[in-house]
Amino acid sequence: MSALVIDGLTVVFGAFRALDGLSLAVDPGEVRAVIGPNGAGKTTLLDAITGITRPRSGRIRLDDGRDLTRASEAEIARAGVRRKFQKPSVFPALTVRENLALGCGPDCPARERPARLARALAETGLEARAAVPAGALAHGEKQWLEIGMVLASEPRVLLLDEPVAGLSDDETARTADLIGALRRPDRAILVIEHDMAFVEAVADRVTVLHEGRTLFEGAMAGARADARVIEVFLGR
Amino acid sequence: MSGALDLSPGVPAARRPGPSLGGDPLLAGLVGLVLATALALVLLQPAPYLVNLVGQLAAFAILAVSLDLVWGYLGILSLGHGLFFAIGGYVCAMHLLAHAYAVTGTPPDLMQFMGWKSLPVYWTGLTSAPYALALALGLTAAVAFVFGLASFRSRVNGVYFSIISQALVYVAMLLMFRNDTGLGGNNGMTGFSRLFGWPMGAPGVVTGLAVATLLCLAAVLVGARVLVASPLGRRMLACRDDEARLRTLGYGTTRLKLGIWCLSAVIAALAGLLYVPQVGIINPRVLSPDLSIEIAVWVAIGGLGRLGGAVIGAVAVNALKFWLSAAMPEAWPFILSGLVLVVVLGLPNGLLDLAALRLKPTWLRRAGSRP
Ligand SMILES: Nc1ncnc2c1ncn2[C@@H]1O[C@H](COP(=O)(O)OP(=O)(O)O)[C@@H](O)[C@H]1O
Ligand SMILES: [Mg+2]
Repeated sequence: MSALVIDGLTVVFGAFRALDGLSLAVDPGEVRAVIGPNGAGKTTLLDAITGITRPRSGRIRLDDGRDLTRASEAEIARAGVRRKFQKPSVFPALTVRENLALGCGPDCPARERPARLARALAETGLEARAAVPAGALAHGEKQWLEIGMVLASEPRVLLLDEPVAGLSDDETARTADLIGALRRPDRAILVIEHDMAFVEAVADRVTVLHEGRTLFEGAMAGARADARVIEVFLGR
Repeated sequence: MSGALDLSPGVPAARRPGPSLGGDPLLAGLVGLVLATALALVLLQPAPYLVNLVGQLAAFAILAVSLDLVWGYLGILSLGHGLFFAIGGYVCAMHLLAHAYAVTGTPPDLMQFMGWKSLPVYWTGLTSAPYALALALGLTAAVAFVFGLASFRSRVNGVYFSIISQALVYVAMLLMFRNDTGLGGNNGMTGFSRLFGWPMGAPGVVTGLAVATLLCLAAVLVGARVLVASPLGRRMLACRDDEARLRTLGYGTTRLKLGIWCLSAVIAALAGLLYVPQVGIINPRVLSPDLSIEIAVWVAIGGLGRLGGAVIGAVAVNALKFWLSAAMPEAWPFILSGLVLVVVLGLPNGLLDLAALRLKPTWLRRAGSRP
């Protein structure tokens, strides 16, 4: 049984089909990477899952049968779907700790909050920065804080949009470790990324997206050998 | 700020209020000053016109704080807060006229002007002060709720919200200019002769009103401060800086915005309610779009997103206005525009920047602010 099922999803901007009948299923415990050239529709896919963009047709469901296709952003988040945005989206005026507290979400029991905050601080390595306003953090720290905010809610489905974009090699390696630590049997993780080495390090399977459609699905080694994938990546 | 239409306050993170009242010495000092002023009015008994002036300034300060709450902390710039101020003011004026009529038996000018034998039905019960208070605040909350719900649900934000709020206050002004509303039309309402049975001009009444307004200002400041320092206040700042992000964390922002919006409107109505008996008149000019814009100017001049700044801005601009409108009334619009330019170009955080200049040398401020 899949944790997240996307079925025939079509998203249209004017006359342009950003997603064209895309289907995708992610299993619990799986880390799935979605790769593809710029403009392939990767961010649009996450926008549709999180309720920011409404699909023209198709369905988005969770494993308990919950239909997210028409739910509001807040409802989707409360169903356990969390997203790390492509551009680091933290609240600059709030401290690291306050950001993480918001990340716990409105349904987090007050008793549990301190433990979750402590865990998120430890996992992201931001303990020493807890009282610093997020606006004053370095780029890499903002990325980790945002992952920590997502973590603090203990999501069932975790969506990461280019988590290592703009990071140094060191920071990329740290982020790969962090994502490895996020893996849990009851959690599905979807990572969007350009960095092939990074994808190879974190993902179980990859989906290659091109012009809103699936070009390839399977192991990374298979993707590297696939003639159409090579053409799309080399042809741009 | 990146451009003229960028309405986001962009308060530097380092200046953000801390968790307790003690964490904001400016605000604590202001509350102390407000209370000391109230005490001084009672003990020293200055000339009535001065007492009255202090009371009016305090009412404007309450109005400014109400706008700062939604603009500085929630990022919603209302250019129609004069509407809520006016609802408070009009209902208060109705109460004062109905009350004086009941006590003295002299019908208000408005009845004679309209040729009425008695006051219209919707004046019923307004002789009672508690009912008038409940009506003023309840009606304000209802109007704010309907307008806020319609706007926030359909995600009307930023400049669009500001323009619509301005249109709303303008429509209200046109409505109140009509004589058949039974609320004084063009002339408005004046000639308030009694307050709780007392003659209006008596020194005790003048002092009482000013002191009550100062106490309300202190209470509003403390209450607003507790709110913005609470977890709800953190959520307000988060909503101001990135509403879409807050929604994807599971928080329904419509309810948050609607609640604070209505609270702000009610505080503005309270200011109007306290202002009208002190100034002695209300007419549709309080609904003119420029007054509503001026409120935003007070807040911007004082320092957006800092409750103390709103008070300083309201008092400084209005004190200047009181003084100048006697000395050279034609110059006022030009002086106000000049002030706005100085603040926008030189002091992005309002007059509070001046205070910071004096407290810390430039190089220290640079080192202390974020990179
Ligand atoms: N809100 C929008 N309006 C119109 N076109 C959009 C919008 N969002 C994305 N697009 C277009 O959809 C395509 C896919 O974009 P996106 O999903 O951001 O690609 P990427 O795979 O690089 O994340 C692009 O051609 C982009 O220009
Ligand atoms: Mg993208």
